[in-house]
Amino acid sequence: MSDLAELWPPVALTLGLAAVTTLVLLVLGTPLAWWLARSRTRGKEIVAAIVALPLVLPPTVLGFYLLIALGPSGPGGLVAGLYGARSLAFSFEGLVIGSVIYSLPFVVQPIRNAFESFGERPLEAAATLRAGPVDRFFSVALPLARPGLMTGAVLGFAHTVGEFGVVLMIGGNIPGRTRVLSIAIYDYVEQLEWGKAHMLSAGLLVFAFLVILATMLLERRMRLRVH
Amino acid sequence: MNRRLATLFAAVLALLPAAAFGTEVHVAVAANFSAAATEIAAAFEKQTGDRAILSFGSTGQLFTQIVQGAPFEVFLAADLARPQKAIDTGLAVKGSLITYAVGRLVLFSADPGRVTGPQSLADPLPDRIAIANPLTAPYGAAAIQTLDALGLKAKLQDRLVVGQSIAQAFQFTVTGNAEMGFVAGSELLEAQGGSHWVVPEDLHAPIAQGAVLLEAGKDNAASTAFLNFLDSDGARTIIARYGYGTGVR
Repeated sequence: MSDLAELWPPVALTLGLAAVTTLVLLVLGTPLAWWLARSRTRGKEIVAAIVALPLVLPPTVLGFYLLIALGPSGPGGLVAGLYGARSLAFSFEGLVIGSVIYSLPFVVQPIRNAFESFGERPLEAAATLRAGPVDRFFSVALPLARPGLMTGAVLGFAHTVGEFGVVLMIGGNIPGRTRVLSIAIYDYVEQLEWGKAHMLSAGLLVFAFLVILATMLLERRMRLRVH
Repeated sequence: MNRRLATLFAAVLALLPAAAFGTEVHVAVAANFSAAATEIAAAFEKQTGDRAILSFGSTGQLFTQIVQGAPFEVFLAADLARPQKAIDTGLAVKGSLITYAVGRLVLFSADPGRVTGPQSLADPLPDRIAIANPLTAPYGAAAIQTLDALGLKAKLQDRLVVGQSIAQAFQFTVTGNAEMGFVAGSELLEAQGGSHWVVPEDLHAPIAQGAVLLEAGKDNAASTAFLNFLDSDGARTIIARYGYGTGVR
């Protein structure tokens, strides 16, 4: 039974990584989505395309660039040097950076869609009531975009839980720090420890199903409430 | 209709590269041996006209794939245990096991002057040490044995970063993300600069690397030819140049 105790740390680490990543993504992604939805700048679709890149790029490309960027000859090495390390790779922080980039489109796109869906009118109405731009954003736009924010958060969280390739390349497989669920499963399969691989995989399967089901139900309920 | 089909068939045949008509042999190669194997495959093709198609991974990864029915015909492992296990479980041909190379473990750092000997592991303690996964890669197991023999295992345990194969451990080290790493001697040929210490062979069990003919390749003459070539003087010269011992014939 003590053998099974080793299954828990990767689960806890993965949930922690997904939670932190989702939080960072909501904080960074919401203003970005707002700008993409409202700005009339011509170049904004270029930014939107950059945000969407992780949808298309293989994780190996991201992992490769990240490994260089996080290392001693990249910006990551400078940051790591501040606290005496030489690289941000192989650390929880490094995984958060990788996951934020990798899951960015999954959070930004639904929020952008939500901001675009209610159009100008609620904001114009608020403006006539003398609400300033900041006030309009927080008390009109954000509440109206709640379904998009929920969907973005759920997708960002789930996508981070399911991340594999990037972590494989920059993680270093350190128990409790970078050995996430997908890596643990990969290891168990490689070592022919299929009992443990089965347990973790079945857990992820159920999790993925519940997440997708929840998003669908959530979306339906929100839509019903709007009409 | 039939004639049209025949024309189409002929056209497709004409498009196939000539090489496809030589015999192919699919070889699973332990990551530490990838550079040497690529050179040996080229020499093999030159001599026999047969093509060796190489797949790389850690010995444990490749073994798992073979258990799962991967279509490999020859298996070049980084230990003798897994080829022997393949024979015992009926996945490989009895009597085909040869020791084609004896690997050397090396402590390597991309920083010139950082590694001078075993003391470099302790004073100062390295930030991170890359090793290959000891459970699937024999070089990783040898690295752990070495740390154990030096009495440094407990001290360095939480500074280890683990690559999926020795190739990834090398890549972690050569990019400088890990301050130093236990890599295969054969990989040093690809490194420019840096510093290294060749781990004495009495600090770990010998890394005798076994090759075996798999059941899937039993009836393919090119598979046997490749194994024979691996055991030839020509191949042994290449193997020695990559820093391997070549075992007893």
